[in-house]
Amino acid sequence: MICLENIHKSFGNNAVLQGINVKVEAGNSLVIIGGSGTGKSVMLKCILGLIPPDQGRILVDGQDAEHAERDAFLARFGMLFQGGALFDSLPVWQNVAFRLLRGALKRSPAEAREIAVEKLRRVGLSADVANKFPGELSGGMQKRVGLARAIAAEPEIIFFDEPTTGLDPIMAGVINDLIREIVVEMGATAMTITHDMSSVRAIADKVAMLHNGVIQWSGPISDIDQSGDPYLDQFIHGRAEGPIEAIR
Amino acid sequence: MILTAPLEFIGRNTLSFLAAIGRVTLFAIETLRQLFLPPFYLREFALSLLQIGWLSLPVVGLTAFFTGGALALQIYSGGARFNAEAVVPSIVAIGMTRELGPVLGGLMVAARVASSIAAEIGTMKVTEQIDALVTLSTNPMRYLTVPRVLAATLAVPVLVAVGDAIGIMGGYFVGINRLDFNAAAYLKNTVDFLEFWDISSGMVKGAVFGFIVALMGCYYGMRSGRGAQGVGRATKSAVVASSVLILASNYVLTEVFFNA
Ligand SMILES: Nc1ncnc2c1ncn2[C@@H]1O[C@H](COP(=O)(O)OP(=O)(O)OP(=O)(O)O)[C@@H](O)[C@H]1O
Ligand SMILES: [Mg+2]
Repeated sequence: MICLENIHKSFGNNAVLQGINVKVEAGNSLVIIGGSGTGKSVMLKCILGLIPPDQGRILVDGQDAEHAERDAFLARFGMLFQGGALFDSLPVWQNVAFRLLRGALKRSPAEAREIAVEKLRRVGLSADVANKFPGELSGGMQKRVGLARAIAAEPEIIFFDEPTTGLDPIMAGVINDLIREIVVEMGATAMTITHDMSSVRAIADKVAMLHNGVIQWSGPISDIDQSGDPYLDQFIHGRAEGPIEAIR
Repeated sequence: MILTAPLEFIGRNTLSFLAAIGRVTLFAIETLRQLFLPPFYLREFALSLLQIGWLSLPVVGLTAFFTGGALALQIYSGGARFNAEAVVPSIVAIGMTRELGPVLGGLMVAARVASSIAAEIGTMKVTEQIDALVTLSTNPMRYLTVPRVLAATLAVPVLVAVGDAIGIMGGYFVGINRLDFNAAAYLKNTVDFLEFWDISSGMVKGAVFGFIVALMGCYYGMRSGRGAQGVGRATKSAVVASSVLILASNYVLTEVFFNA
């Protein structure tokens, strides 16, 4: 279980997070929605300790993330970055198998490669992509390689930062199914950021909406259409008129 | 107000300068600490050795060759003033090995290597690759900094030694073709007056310069600001800082060797 308690984070005088409280049960899928620039990516990075929060506590299975042993803590996580963040000096398969080629999970290169190719297939990429370099791939392909890398070592907790952005509708469907499958079949805990409402409905057990530095609304996916929250309503229907200002 | 403004300016800059020294020192200490912690990334080390050592050979070799040649001419014209043209071979050798080989080699490596390390790591930082390393349970200091710093510290002394030899050869070419030295006498003169310490002290300098170059490249790369501009600034700072530090530490090392 992941628990954020009163998380604050400012960059200079830009107060991005102003008291975030979220809870994700183990084996559940939380989808985070919210306007561009509201701090969704920052929130995930706070949990991983990539950005230290100014205030508040993050508990993973009751253990304070700040005091956890870093290697063991991070070994439980997989993360897809919004920009892919692939290592451009390494071929695609070594990106995907990065964790399997060194450290505690190290295996033989042949075995690691086999796993990498299998994961690539699951995100809809053929085996001949494996030997290419990230720079040779399209944006959507890079995103999917990033996704394959995030799930390669079968982590317990996976963060996806906009997994379907830049993908065609069919491929987006494949990725939605994959994320759902990882949660249901492998029992992973997932936190996904997305702007794609069909993704939200396909992936989420629970939805949390970030606005003005706090969780404006959260609840089970079944409640999303009758929440009675004007912010959430405006957001999911993509209306220009409403309490959320268009210029932020 | 107006009177205190310059003082404020000096104070602020002094403070930020001292803070920078502190940060670099901490970075160096952290690098040395990580050096002794497993895992050791052999592949990265080998690639760095190739990049920093082998691929810098042409630049360092050319620099040394032309410097050796020019040095021979200068010493000849200086020596001729008191009928001491015969010192050309030994002064060329001593000047190359003790001073010009390491310093010019170090500066060329700073231009070539500090910039490329800073740009590479800076780009990795800007595109979140450093963050990605962390989430993949890999310590960026151990994976990126340690192999580069270690490779540079080991490779630059060897580069310096090769540069010394090529520089002396440059002097030899000019000496026998242009200044009418006897080839055998030139070589004998070079070897007879050259001491082991001349060469090894230059190589010690090389090791220090290599450490500085890679450390500055990594330090500025890791601290790179956002976007292309951030990477550009990191690259510039890495080259400037390593060049200045090479020249400053060269003086300090020379002073130490002089007294020893
Ligand atoms: N490293 C940083 N330094 C300074 N400001 C930052 C940094 N990272 C993020 N910010 C700021 O924090 C705010 C939130 O950024 P974040 O990337 O979390 O947005 P987001 O909700 O993920 O938006 P999007 O949907 O567009 O990805 C932005 O205003 C951004 O400028
Ligand atoms: Mg984002």
